[in-house]
Amino acid sequence: MSQLKTAHSSSEDFPPVLALQNICKNFTGVRALNNVSLNLYPGQVTALVGENGAGKSTVVKILTGIHQPSSGEILLAGEQVQFATAHHAASAGVTAIHQETVLFDDLNVAENIYIGHAPRSRFGLIDTQAMRQQAKALLDDIGADISPTAMLRDLGIANKHMVAIARALSIDARVVIMDEPTAALSHKEINELYVLVEKLKSQGKAILFISHKFDEIFSIADRFTVFRDGGFIGEGKIKGVNESELVKMMVGRPVDQIFPTRQPDLGNEILQVSKYCHPTEFDDISFTLRRGEILGFYGLVGAGRSEVMQSLFGIKRPCSGTASVDGKRLEIRSPADAIAHGIVYVPEDRGKQGAITTLPIFQNVSLPSLQQTSRRGFIRLAQEFALTRKYTERLDLRAAALDQNVAELSGGNQQKVVIAKWLATQPKVIVLDEPTKGIDVGSKAAVHEFMAELASQGLAVIMVSSEIPEMLGMSDRVIVMREGRMVTELRGDSLTPETLVRHAAGIGEE
Amino acid sequence: MLKTILAARETLLLVAVLLLLLLVSSRFPAFIEIDNLVKVLTDTSPLIILALGQMLVIVTRCIDLSVAANLALTGMVVAMLNTAAPELPIVFTLLIAVSLGAVLGAINGLLVWRLAIPSIVVTLGTMTIFRGTIFLISDGQWINAHEMSEHFSQFPRGSVAGMPVLAWIAVLVTITAWIFIARTPTGRAFFAVGSNPHASVYTGIDVGRTQCIAFIISGALAGLTGYLWVARYAVAYVDIASGFELEVVAACVIGGIAIAGGQGSVVGVLLGAIFLGVVKNALPVVNISPFWQLAISGAAILIAVAFNSRSSQSRGRLILKEAEQST
Amino acid sequence: MNNTVQTMPDHLRSPFSSKVKSWETLLLLVAIGIFILNSFSSPYFLDAWNLSDATFNFTEKAMIAFAMALLIISGEIDLSVASIIALASTAMGAAAQFGAGTAELVFVGLTVGICCGAFNALLVTVMGLPSIVVTIGTMSLFRGISYIVLGDGSYRGYPEDFAFFGQGYVGWVISFELALFGGLAVFYWVLLHKTNFGRAVYTIGNNPVAALFSGIRVQRVKFILFLLTGLMSGVAAVCLTSRLGSTRPSIGVGMELEVVTMVVLGGVSILGGSGSIVGVVLAALVMGLMTFGLGLLNVPGIVMSIFLGLLLIGVIALPRLWSRYVSRTE
Repeated sequence: MSQLKTAHSSSEDFPPVLALQNICKNFTGVRALNNVSLNLYPGQVTALVGENGAGKSTVVKILTGIHQPSSGEILLAGEQVQFATAHHAASAGVTAIHQETVLFDDLNVAENIYIGHAPRSRFGLIDTQAMRQQAKALLDDIGADISPTAMLRDLGIANKHMVAIARALSIDARVVIMDEPTAALSHKEINELYVLVEKLKSQGKAILFISHKFDEIFSIADRFTVFRDGGFIGEGKIKGVNESELVKMMVGRPVDQIFPTRQPDLGNEILQVSKYCHPTEFDDISFTLRRGEILGFYGLVGAGRSEVMQSLFGIKRPCSGTASVDGKRLEIRSPADAIAHGIVYVPEDRGKQGAITTLPIFQNVSLPSLQQTSRRGFIRLAQEFALTRKYTERLDLRAAALDQNVAELSGGNQQKVVIAKWLATQPKVIVLDEPTKGIDVGSKAAVHEFMAELASQGLAVIMVSSEIPEMLGMSDRVIVMREGRMVTELRGDSLTPETLVRHAAGIGEE
Repeated sequence: MLKTILAARETLLLVAVLLLLLLVSSRFPAFIEIDNLVKVLTDTSPLIILALGQMLVIVTRCIDLSVAANLALTGMVVAMLNTAAPELPIVFTLLIAVSLGAVLGAINGLLVWRLAIPSIVVTLGTMTIFRGTIFLISDGQWINAHEMSEHFSQFPRGSVAGMPVLAWIAVLVTITAWIFIARTPTGRAFFAVGSNPHASVYTGIDVGRTQCIAFIISGALAGLTGYLWVARYAVAYVDIASGFELEVVAACVIGGIAIAGGQGSVVGVLLGAIFLGVVKNALPVVNISPFWQLAISGAAILIAVAFNSRSSQSRGRLILKEAEQST
Repeated sequence: MNNTVQTMPDHLRSPFSSKVKSWETLLLLVAIGIFILNSFSSPYFLDAWNLSDATFNFTEKAMIAFAMALLIISGEIDLSVASIIALASTAMGAAAQFGAGTAELVFVGLTVGICCGAFNALLVTVMGLPSIVVTIGTMSLFRGISYIVLGDGSYRGYPEDFAFFGQGYVGWVISFELALFGGLAVFYWVLLHKTNFGRAVYTIGNNPVAALFSGIRVQRVKFILFLLTGLMSGVAAVCLTSRLGSTRPSIGVGMELEVVTMVVLGGVSILGGSGSIVGVVLAALVMGLMTFGLGLLNVPGIVMSIFLGLLLIGVIALPRLWSRYVSRTE
């Protein structure tokens, strides 16, 4: 893709079109950004890398006028500016394609693209005709075959993303921010996106590219900036670094993630799932699980892994198929039934599905075990606290007190509360859905270590994860899913990063 | 696809209204004579005007339960003003009614916007405050027809091209609302805010401010209706239009406005209001006690809301909705 | 694993300083303030029998408010309660016409209440419809049925001993309604604050999805709450009908507003998730004393409703304005 490189692409020729200097941002007592700087050059892609919680999304929000910095300067073409609202940032030519699509289901495609800056006719009314034509032109331009009058609600996730891109381009932008733009896209769509990025570069736009995927960063970016824990770590040309140097800057220590060494001691078969089907989410899922085993489920986002687990847990209802624990066939109609049979599920979305963040720790932990701590339906606080203490101490939870609200804890400690909640029910099978997503490195290691410990104590563990190192480091066996079906089962020598990716993406053997 | 569903819902409503008319006229042909239909429309006009204002509020994920009290208070104020200054030109009366209504709506809007108090609490509160205020200013007295000046009480009844001014105003408000919603940035912003408040912030739309504007418009329309109501029935007292807010919400729900915000159309609301209006006018004709009306509109709300939710459930992968229902 | 485990205390701070408690203290102070003001402004106020009469201002509403508090904490609302009273009362009136005795009348009233609650529950929990629209609908429907049955007529002629529920006394100045109010307050206090069911109610109000994921049977709990609210409306219908001795279709009109006001004034978050029964009891006292006091001063009922509306908005607005003021001066 270097053939599109323009003559002006070296940063020395041009000053940055947009620069952040010494930006700090405080949220009630918490410093989210501490003296960070960021330079975006015309015709260049700058990758912003950092772990979750490094401050990337806060920077995006400052650049787009959602948040205002507590101190520091924003320089647009060398002049100091302030983005008081999203509107200010847009009129200054800063536009963003956000991580989650921030669009409107109830408006049509053209309206979604032009809301806030629709073309006007006489009398100041929206010129619907012109708006639709311009939207069509924009969509054609990025190769998206979408009708401008279609309702957004009726589009698939990939098409919604194309609308978001069209929206970003509908503003005559100097700076385009792409916040994890490929998260929901297929292989083909990602390649289309690359072409688009090259096109934007050739038009002299400055691009801020945020991604967790290193292959993307190295194939698309010209420059990089690294943040860690809300601080600025370094910047430079992507040609000057390699992957491990970049990772080292990100995490602040050498990369080699250490996973606990395990001698899997497999017991008898505890869980059998046979021919599980769901009308829209997955088809023909069969597997078994032994005591002491860690079974990984790998696949791309949307492959149906979480949906299978949620069916097992009674959130979704499979249309056919059976599941049994200890040879006993289960009738699971709700999570309460699943818990009663010893199956528990640690969901991916900790804040919404896992923890009740506005309630204290002890109420979270005791929630599924209230039958155990209460007598005839009446609450016994002493028993509740004892139960909570037992399991939170086992997980090395860090909190000021057991009646502290979960919202006040860090992501890692919140996850410990959720896991403690499930361990207190003394389950036979524990399903962990993206157990280390968005938590810091230290907590990650603690969760991994604990998973190993649980397995060694005879618990059967299912781990759904999109992180390849975690898959390789923790699982005894991995089932790969693609588009709602089981593709393969990998173990031992056949379990490599390459095989995982190939089966998940559906790339055939050559 | 949604277009067709929307169309279907409105077509369905239209068919329901026509069927109703057919049913009544099969035994009482006079009911569908032009004169009577104009009378039905005129009778339904206040409901249409208020429902259009309410629609904007509901679309932005709020609700305005104070419209009927706003109507009554504004009506009382202009009636008292008329007794004090009988010669005041009607233009000023209209202007005062609309502005006072807008101010009352702004009180709701500001409380919702600036203090982030849930709209149901705010408007339940202002509803009683407005009613109480009528008593305070009127001392509980009625203002009757003979105390009102001729041009004041005759204005809404005056006929233009065979239709009373009141009905013309409803038509005008409907057309304006339709253009406003379809063709102005503010109009689209109501739907954006209701559809996805989070995303609205990212597109530079101030959610609270938009909701406040919806309340002001709803209030202004209630104020306008306040004058029209008092003039048409030639009486003003504390309890006029008592409970009318429920009928207004009913018209919206029947018209397919989603209470969760973001969805609805002017045509739907218009048909919803007309449906209730036809029922109300048909009951005495077919010799059913008017006491049936309350129960019928209640049942219509329930059927409509069940229908609305069914059509929205059938599409998309509503994982959590399903989850909550599976227990 | 790290073995230097810190022992965490159970409680971080003394529970007495928590926010909800201070809200309740404030309510208590307001109640005492109104009490003192009233006793100065009218010589008739400090009379045991007058005070006892005053309790009728709030007892029936408070009975519903207890159940409503739980419902609102769980994130739902029932605006049809006053209409349930109308329908239950109409049913009792009809039963009385057929010569039903007191026991049958009570049975009819409570059954109609439960059935109405079940109808709301069905629409909300089984069909998944939003409770606010459903209960606005049933609010019209239930009272509408009363109007169909009664038109502009009324039922009278209840058996003599039926009057006990609304007019009888269990001892000295303690009316049956007041005693029932006390009993129900204790019952709901225990239910909300001391049982697993109450914990489930809070959990659902804070995060229904996480509650479901934790094995709480969310829809079942909500179903029971609507049933309870219906039942309490039935109880209130028995008391109110007995007290008035007649049934008109307009009985108890607008009472849903006062019930919701009582609940919100009691510190229950209208958005769900927090609140206490003690707060609701205090709110009932505040509203009862205020109504009584204004009544002694010959202030008409509709003007009292202004105070009610101001109270409803004020109790939510003032703390928000205050915290904004505090954060600005910091």
